[in-house]
Amino acid sequence: MPRMNRIRCALPAALFALAATGVQLAMRATGTDYCLTQLTMALYYALVALGLCLVMGYAGQVSLGHGAFFALGGYTSAILTTHDLSWLGPGGAVPWLKAAGLLAARQDLYGNRLLTVSPWAAFLAAMLLGAAVACLIGYPALRLRGHYLALATLAFGVIVNKLLLASSLAGAADGINGVPEWRLLAGLTVCGKGPARASNYYLACGLVLLTLLALRNLVHSRVGRALQAIRDGETSAAALGIDTARYKLKAFVLSALLAAMAGVFFTHYTGGIGPSEAGALKSVRYVALVAAGGLANLWGVALMSTALNYASLRGWFGTYDNAVFGALLILLVSLAPQGPLTPLGGWLRRLARRAGWKPQPRARLAGTAAAQSGADPAPHLRIEGRPGHGAA
Amino acid sequence: MTGASLALQYLLSGVTKGSVYAAVAIGFNLIYSATGVLNLAQGEFVMLGGMVAVSLAHYVALPVAVTGAVVIVALLGCLLEILFFRGLRRHSVLHLIIITIGLSIVMQEAALHLWDEKVRSLPYFTGNEVSSLHFLGAAISPQVVWVLGTVGATVLALQGFLQFTLPGRAMRACSSNPEAAMLAGINLRNMRTLSFGLSAALGALAGCVISPITMTHYEMGTPLAIKGFAAAILGGLGNPMAAVLGGLLVGVVEAASVSRLPAAYNDVAAFVILLLVLFVRPRGLFGPRQCGTVGEG
Repeated sequence: MPRMNRIRCALPAALFALAATGVQLAMRATGTDYCLTQLTMALYYALVALGLCLVMGYAGQVSLGHGAFFALGGYTSAILTTHDLSWLGPGGAVPWLKAAGLLAARQDLYGNRLLTVSPWAAFLAAMLLGAAVACLIGYPALRLRGHYLALATLAFGVIVNKLLLASSLAGAADGINGVPEWRLLAGLTVCGKGPARASNYYLACGLVLLTLLALRNLVHSRVGRALQAIRDGETSAAALGIDTARYKLKAFVLSALLAAMAGVFFTHYTGGIGPSEAGALKSVRYVALVAAGGLANLWGVALMSTALNYASLRGWFGTYDNAVFGALLILLVSLAPQGPLTPLGGWLRRLARRAGWKPQPRARLAGTAAAQSGADPAPHLRIEGRPGHGAA
Repeated sequence: MTGASLALQYLLSGVTKGSVYAAVAIGFNLIYSATGVLNLAQGEFVMLGGMVAVSLAHYVALPVAVTGAVVIVALLGCLLEILFFRGLRRHSVLHLIIITIGLSIVMQEAALHLWDEKVRSLPYFTGNEVSSLHFLGAAISPQVVWVLGTVGATVLALQGFLQFTLPGRAMRACSSNPEAAMLAGINLRNMRTLSFGLSAALGALAGCVISPITMTHYEMGTPLAIKGFAAAILGGLGNPMAAVLGGLLVGVVEAASVSRLPAAYNDVAAFVILLLVLFVRPRGLFGPRQCGTVGEG
C-alpha cells in the first residue's frame, strides 16, 4: 500500500518540521537564541545515533567505534581544509585544481594567505576514507557470528584516539581549530557565526529529517527486512538465502558514513574538533542514545538523542555526565529494552481510548521488536483495539 | 648491553605485561563459556582490584590488603551477575553485552568519584623501584618475579580447579552443553555467578600485582579489555588455557613493537593482532573448530 505508506511517513515528518520551527520561534521569543548552537550540535550527534540505530536496532550488531568514525570524518575535513599547501606554488596543476574546485585560496585569522583543499573536496575525501576504514574493520569482524564487531570497533576507537593524541598533524591534545566555513549553496554556509545560527539549525534539522526518511525507507525495504531477519536469527536468515555477512557489512559501512558526514558538518559548524570525540566514552554514549530511543525505533532515537545530547551540552548533568549515560544504558536495557518511548506510547494510546477517542483499530505486527528483545512474551500478532484491552 | 640481552630485556617486559593480558583473557573466557556474553567490563575488575588494594594498604598489611581487594572485587563480580544478568536471562545476548558496556562506564565513573583521577600504585612487594635481579645479562625488577609467579600459580590452580574438582567440572559441563548440564542436576545459574566471581577475582589479583609496575588509574580498564580480548581470540575463545599463550604473545609483540616504534603506537600492535586473527584464523590458535558460530542469542 504505497499510498498508506506515504501518509504514515508524511505525518511524522510534518510534525518534526512543525516542532523544529516551534522550538526555534520559542527560543527567539524568549531571547534564548544562543541555545540553538547546542541544539544544532545535538542534531549532528543525532545523525550518528541514527546510523548506529541501523546497525544495532535493525542488524543486531554492536559498534563501539562510531565516535571514531565521527572523528575520522571531522579530522579529515579539518586537516585538509587547514593544512597549507602554498608550497605547491602558483604553477603546475594548481590553477587547474582551483578551477575544478578541489583547492581553495583564502586568508586565515591573521591575514596570511593559505592554499588549502576546498571543503567540498575535503568532504568527499572524508567520506571515502570513512567507507574504506569501515570496510577494513567490518569485513573480518562481520564475517563471524557473535559480537566480534563490538570489540574490533572498541579497539579501533581507542587506537584512533591514541593516534590523534600522538600526531602533530592532528594537533595532538588540542585538536584542530580555525576550520573555515563551508559554503554549501549560495546563502547557506555551515559556520558558527551568530547571524547564521538559525539557518544552520534548519540545515541540521533538514539533514536529520532526510536521514530519518531515507533510513525509514531502507528498513522497510528488502534490505531492511533482510537485516531484521539476521538480527532475529542469523542461522534462519542464512537458510533463507540471505548473504548475512554482506548485509551486515553494508549496514555498518552506511552507518559509519553517516557518522563521518556528521563529523564533517560538526567540524565546520564549531570551527574545530578535538581528540575526545574519538574516545571510547563518546562511542559508548551513542550506544546509550540508541538504547534510550528503543534500539529499533528511528524516530525515538532521533528524539532521545537530540534531547539527551542537548541536556549534556548545556551541562545539566555536571560532573556526572558520563555516569548518567552509563547508568541510562544499564537501566534502560534491563528495565525497558524497547526504550521508554514504546511503553509511553502504549500508555498514551490507552489513555486516549479511555477518554473516548477511538483511533481506527488496525492489526499490526508487534512481534518482531518484542521477539528480538525477548522481554515481552507478546503474541506475534496483536490486534490492538480489542474489547477489554483499554481497562488494563 | 649486547643485542641478545636487550632482546631478553624486551622479552621479559613483554611477558610481564602479557601475563596480565592473560589474566584478563582467562576472565573473558570463563564468562563467555558460561554465559555467551563478552564482558566488556573485564578490564574494570583489574582497575578496581588495584584501587581497592591501594586504599586498603593504608590501613592493613600488604598481603591482607591484596587478599581483601580480591575478595571484595570477586563479591562485586558475583553481585553484578545476580543483579543484572540473573534476572535478565530472557534478554538477548545483544542486550547483555550492552549492559556490560554500561557497567564498564559506571564502574569507571564510580572509581573517578570514589578515588580521583590521580595515578596511584601499591608499594613493591619486595625491594623497591631501584632494586633489580640479574638474569642472563638482563636486569629485572623483583616485582616481575611476583607478577609471573602469582599469575602462573593462579593459572595452575584454576586449571586444577576446572579439571579435578566437582564445581570445576560442573562449570566445564555448563560451557560445553548447558541443557545436558542442567539435566545432570547442575545449577546453571549458580555456575554463571561463579564464573563472574572467578573472573573478577582473577582480574583483581592481576590488578594488584601489576600495580607497582604499571600504576593504577581509573581509565586503565578499557585498553586492558581490548588487549585481553585480542589475547583471548588469539588463543581461541572457549579455551581458557590457550588464552595464557595468547596473552603472552600479545605482550611480547607489544614489547617488540615498542622497541621499534614510538611509544604512542604501542597499542596499535594489539589491534593489528586482533584484526589479523579475525581475518585469517577466527577460531584462534587452539580454539574449538566451530568457534565463531557460537554465541548467538
